[in-house]
Amino acid sequence: MKTIKFLFITVLSLSALTSCSSDDDTPQAVNEEEIITTVRLELTAASGDVVVLQSQDLDGDGPDAPVFSTEGTILADTEYTGDIQFLNELENPAEDITEEVLEEGVDHQVFYTFTTNNANSSVTYTDIDVDGNPIGLSTTFNSGATSTGNIVVVTLRHEPTKSADGVSTGDITNAGGATDANVTFTYDVN
Amino acid sequence: MKQIIIGLVIAISSFSYGQDCSYIFLGELKDFHDGTPIESATIYQKESGKYAFSDLDGKFKIENLCPGTLTLTISHANCETKTVSFEINGDSFKTILMEHHIEELNEVSVTAHVDKKETKTAQETILKEQTLKKYSALSIGDALKEVAGVSSINTGSAIVKPMINGMHSSRLIMLNNNVRLQDQDWGIEHAPNMDVNAVSQISVIKGAGALAYGGDAIGGVVVANPERVFLKDTLFGTTTLSGQTNGRGYAFNTKLNKYTKKGWFASVQGSLKQNGDFEAPDYVLTNTGSNSKGLTFRAGKQTFESGFEVFYSYLNNEIGILKASHIGNIEDLVSAINSPEPLVIEDFSYDINAPKQEVTHQLAKAMYYKRFKNFGKVNLQYDYQNNQRYEYDIRVGDDRDTPALDLKLQTHTISSDIVLDAIKGYKLKFGIMGRYQDNFANPDTGIRRLIPDYDKYDFGIYTTAEHNLNAKMTLDFGLRYDYNRIDAKKYYITSRWEERGYDEDFSNSILEDLGTQLLVNPVFDYHNFSASAGFNYQLNEHNSFIGNYSLSSRPPNPSELFSDGLHHSAARIELGDLNLTKETSNRVSASYNHNSEQFNLTAEAFYNHINDYMYIEPTGIEQTIRGAFPVWEYLQTDAELYGIDLSANYNINEHFNFSNKSSYTVGNDIENDRPLINIPAFNTRSSITYTNDWKQFSASLTSDWTFEQTKYPDNNFETYIASTNETVLVDVSTPPSAYQLLNLYAEVTLETSDKTNLNIALSVNNLLDTNYRAYLNRLRYFADDLGRNIMLQLQFNY
Repeated sequence: MKTIKFLFITVLSLSALTSCSSDDDTPQAVNEEEIITTVRLELTAASGDVVVLQSQDLDGDGPDAPVFSTEGTILADTEYTGDIQFLNELENPAEDITEEVLEEGVDHQVFYTFTTNNANSSVTYTDIDVDGNPIGLSTTFNSGATSTGNIVVVTLRHEPTKSADGVSTGDITNAGGATDANVTFTYDVN
Repeated sequence: MKQIIIGLVIAISSFSYGQDCSYIFLGELKDFHDGTPIESATIYQKESGKYAFSDLDGKFKIENLCPGTLTLTISHANCETKTVSFEINGDSFKTILMEHHIEELNEVSVTAHVDKKETKTAQETILKEQTLKKYSALSIGDALKEVAGVSSINTGSAIVKPMINGMHSSRLIMLNNNVRLQDQDWGIEHAPNMDVNAVSQISVIKGAGALAYGGDAIGGVVVANPERVFLKDTLFGTTTLSGQTNGRGYAFNTKLNKYTKKGWFASVQGSLKQNGDFEAPDYVLTNTGSNSKGLTFRAGKQTFESGFEVFYSYLNNEIGILKASHIGNIEDLVSAINSPEPLVIEDFSYDINAPKQEVTHQLAKAMYYKRFKNFGKVNLQYDYQNNQRYEYDIRVGDDRDTPALDLKLQTHTISSDIVLDAIKGYKLKFGIMGRYQDNFANPDTGIRRLIPDYDKYDFGIYTTAEHNLNAKMTLDFGLRYDYNRIDAKKYYITSRWEERGYDEDFSNSILEDLGTQLLVNPVFDYHNFSASAGFNYQLNEHNSFIGNYSLSSRPPNPSELFSDGLHHSAARIELGDLNLTKETSNRVSASYNHNSEQFNLTAEAFYNHINDYMYIEPTGIEQTIRGAFPVWEYLQTDAELYGIDLSANYNINEHFNFSNKSSYTVGNDIENDRPLINIPAFNTRSSITYTNDWKQFSASLTSDWTFEQTKYPDNNFETYIASTNETVLVDVSTPPSAYQLLNLYAEVTLETSDKTNLNIALSVNNLLDTNYRAYLNRLRYFADDLGRNIMLQLQFNY
């Protein structure tokens, strides 16, 4: 009797399970929320001239490499106001991740490293977080002398050690932390 | 039982009547299983206090009986003692069935001293409670390393995956109380969800010989079982409390068992463990704390003829992952590898922050068995498992506390087997299994799924046979067929879909095109045949040989098929392959066992040839906005693994004992003529133990020596580091140096009363505080392994 009862319960529960598992629903698509697809450096001269350096990778972790583009011309010996933007263009409208970086300014820093600097360009930070350390979203960019093939590497670090040697002046060497974005901009100065 | 009591009452009442006492009772004793007569059994006649013995035909005779009740107690060396009563009102003849299989009886009798192996001809080692208790505060993966040839692949010190002869994850089957663990075992950083405190005995079976558990155990099977049921009225328990210096951890475990003579049993067990940041000899390993909670409940009734059991287990583990191992891109990996110390070192803390994982595993099972005369035993089991896995990454903004991975894996299994033991000298087993599995990847993480939603259906059917050819030779055979179907729904990035060439081979499976993403529905069917054959030859009292051949195949797991994306902790893009086929293993093994009072030796050798062996290796570099990442792809090759495991034990004198366990494994990629990755290096572990009858004192000193792995594939790659404008070689291959660790263990047992005792154990691991990194620890790029740890453990048995 016990056997029959047991079998009955087992079969019953199994059929109940299979019936509730026959949910043929389609999984919901995930649009990556905090992925950075686009890094945009906007340089504005006192004259109102705007130059944009952009690196865009619309397939995220996909096989396609980021696409680099430039709008406008960088003039020699000119001081530009630099504003960097981190965007997720997979969302519509595009999500501005720059805002989150700014909100959590103490945990982020943008580094500008010149790996080829024929122009002798320079970048100085013009913003600070609540602790008085730079974040690097707003900068002053001095273009330097006429030259070609200059390279600046822009790196967004999460949780860098801002107190480490040289970090507050923009030297990435001792920064540590994890890299959220790392793009290479090539530019000419005319 | 009721009949016996009634019978006794009648028997007592019938004494008062003076009647004709000349009846004869003829009895015949037969084996319950195969009907063979049982000779030389003792038959005690309760009413008269006389004894009788059964003859060669199992028959006996009792004369001069009065009318009334006759109560007989029959005992035999290999049988459970049985009491029966009969109503006597004339000459009579009765057949009495006895339960004559000592090994079968182990399941229900008190004789727990006899090791009950799961297999006859496989390389099997049993770990008992006495050994397991040392690992109360650690993980099951640590405990299994007591077996020669078993190592582990770790992520830090809390995520320990067992490795048998160089194989791990989906190549091993883990069984918890006869339920095959379904806990997303495909990932290296997914440790088995089993609490070492909840099991009382573990069998480690190397290779796929144990076909009853599955046909895909190319590496081996780990069978963990709870206590055997005792057939007596008793209540006992164990409470263990321990504290350790490294990680400032504590562990608490308590277990209570109730058994009755009639076969009813119930047990409940609970454990709690917590530790903060562990420490390497020179620094704190920040964010390596963990927290574990376990509960098991088990109840049922077990008698010789039938029984049932219900079982429930809950295990929750929250494990912090070394903060310095969180890296953003290859540039971070290069600086981490080049830095002698981890890049993040903070003060000690119990806090567990991201990156971390939190896994809850629940298992429920119901089992019923019944034995039939002259036939055998039928088992029926249903089990359900729910594995909820969260992985938290370091994220920003609103997503800070949202898991990066949220997978729920649910598995239902129904299985049945029949053991036929009616034919003398043979034991046959037939089994059938059906399984349904549902994986749900929660999209609320806001991160593309690493493992897609899928439904998986498994069906298995097998038979095994055991034949005692003669007193010395036992043969066994097994055959199994498995069918697996995976029905997945996955989003691919369109560019990836095309880059993989799936647009040509799998275009039929596209359900929906979302522009940048494609929803596809790949369905795979696999048919696997497995077989095994072996012998066990007992040369004489001291020496025996075992030989075994097994054929097994394993279909690709979801990770091997569907992986597609960035693996943060490894800073690599991992790509599965929908074109993978099953891998097939042919394994031969031979063992020699010597067993004498003074000296024990087990030597186990194996050769395993695996066709279409699945593995992952770097194949290129891809650029993303985060920087460059190496691409690791799942590939297939033909591989061979071979090795030898030695285990020796020598009693020097009454007090001193020397033991050694050594293991040597080689793995080769035959097609590409190079070594396989992640094969354990030669390891030898020697212990000298002093024991004394005084308070059951024992102390041992163990040297654990792991050589440098010199056979490894060169997976190093060059990458361009933008910030420094340099191209550097990333050395992810070179194994760390050899290391030797000394461990000390001492214990005493104090009798606190007749039935209670207190066991006090003190252990020191890494006695000399040696700095070392292990080849098989994935965090070896980032930090040293654990420094000295002193642990005190109190175990109260009552």
